[in-house]
Amino acid sequence: MALHRSSLDLIGDTPLVEVSELSSNPAARLFVKLEGQNPGGSVKDRVALAMVEDAEKAGSLRPGEPGQVLLEPSSGNTGIGLALVCRVKGYHLKVVLPESVSPERRQLLEVWGAEIIESPGAEGSNGAVRMAQALAAAHPEWVFLYQYANPANPRAHYSQTGPEIWRDCPDVTHLVAGLGTSGTLLGAGRYLKERNPAVQVWAVEPPAGEVVDGLRSLDEGYIPPIFEELGGSELLDRKTVVRPRESIEWVRRLADVGIFAGLSTGAAMAGAARCAAQLGDGEQAAIVVISADGGWKYLSSGAWTGDVDEVAERARSTIYF
Amino acid sequence: MAVAVDVRLPTVLRPQAGGQSTVTVKASTIGDVLRELVSEFPGMSGQLLNEDGSLHRFVNVYVNDDDVRYLESLDTPVKEGDEVSLLPAVAGG
Repeated sequence: MALHRSSLDLIGDTPLVEVSELSSNPAARLFVKLEGQNPGGSVKDRVALAMVEDAEKAGSLRPGEPGQVLLEPSSGNTGIGLALVCRVKGYHLKVVLPESVSPERRQLLEVWGAEIIESPGAEGSNGAVRMAQALAAAHPEWVFLYQYANPANPRAHYSQTGPEIWRDCPDVTHLVAGLGTSGTLLGAGRYLKERNPAVQVWAVEPPAGEVVDGLRSLDEGYIPPIFEELGGSELLDRKTVVRPRESIEWVRRLADVGIFAGLSTGAAMAGAARCAAQLGDGEQAAIVVISADGGWKYLSSGAWTGDVDEVAERARSTIYF
Repeated sequence: MAVAVDVRLPTVLRPQAGGQSTVTVKASTIGDVLRELVSEFPGMSGQLLNEDGSLHRFVNVYVNDDDVRYLESLDTPVKEGDEVSLLPAVAGG
């Protein structure tokens, strides 16, 4: 292993592991890219570092100057990644976090000294975004990186995640990842399609809208601006919903091959299995699944050891994307 | 040919359907499903379809968990036993 000067240098260049033994179709090889290996524990470390460095280049953040404040809405992982980067660089971070995230996400934010502003759990991430937008408007002196509209988010995946996949698995046929801000799919997906237009990009989502009962109407729905500005609906080939029970079954299967991954990885694996099941006769596939984070932040959910029905019911009201 | 299709409604649309979480409509395409819903529950008008008949941007419609925007959109066929779900567009991250 090389010697590194900073924890921030450990962000990116994550390992890709073959898990084809979990594929029910022998024509489909399965690979998992372990983003949980990043120092803050998720794929969002890449986005956090890229957005902060971008703001530093643009001059809206000034390294070394005391008293600078950042504000960000996050269901957890972006907040945690930013908290890590801000702690190292000396910025103060305020994270608008829905109440309905796992307790470990809150604890990790506290590890790196982020200030938590709670938004109503029943409004999900949409509520956190709305509250952060109002706070940013009231406090123009705070730096609002806004991952959902910040081009540095997909760019981090276009310049790093995509090329890493292409380097490690040049015969990739499908990319499967969770859809949150859409940054991973837009960035890595576009890079891979530019290398090989036949690569299929599949998005997986949780059925979050079923439990976001704080929304007053569908007009309170939310589509990340980067998704619309960068032509997300043209880039994606398929978008599929995976329910909590199936996500939990898949994180257990991953544990059988020594991979301890978060619930959204279980959902992405379920998506990959659907993809493998739909291959045509004689079609060979190499499916790369992005594992957004490790299992550590979900231990309190009982995902690996609890009664699967009880865990699935609890997961229905927890945000894990 | 129109078949009976179960439609799962999100919490936000249930008040317009008398509190039901699942309703059954007769339809042969997703477009039919949505038009049937609006005709049976006029409170959903404007929430599912735009005035020009296209799909409202903040509603995601799934057939057996696949988003119809990436299938054949409103022309996506439905068959006996399919389950259709409606979900509001929700962010993550």
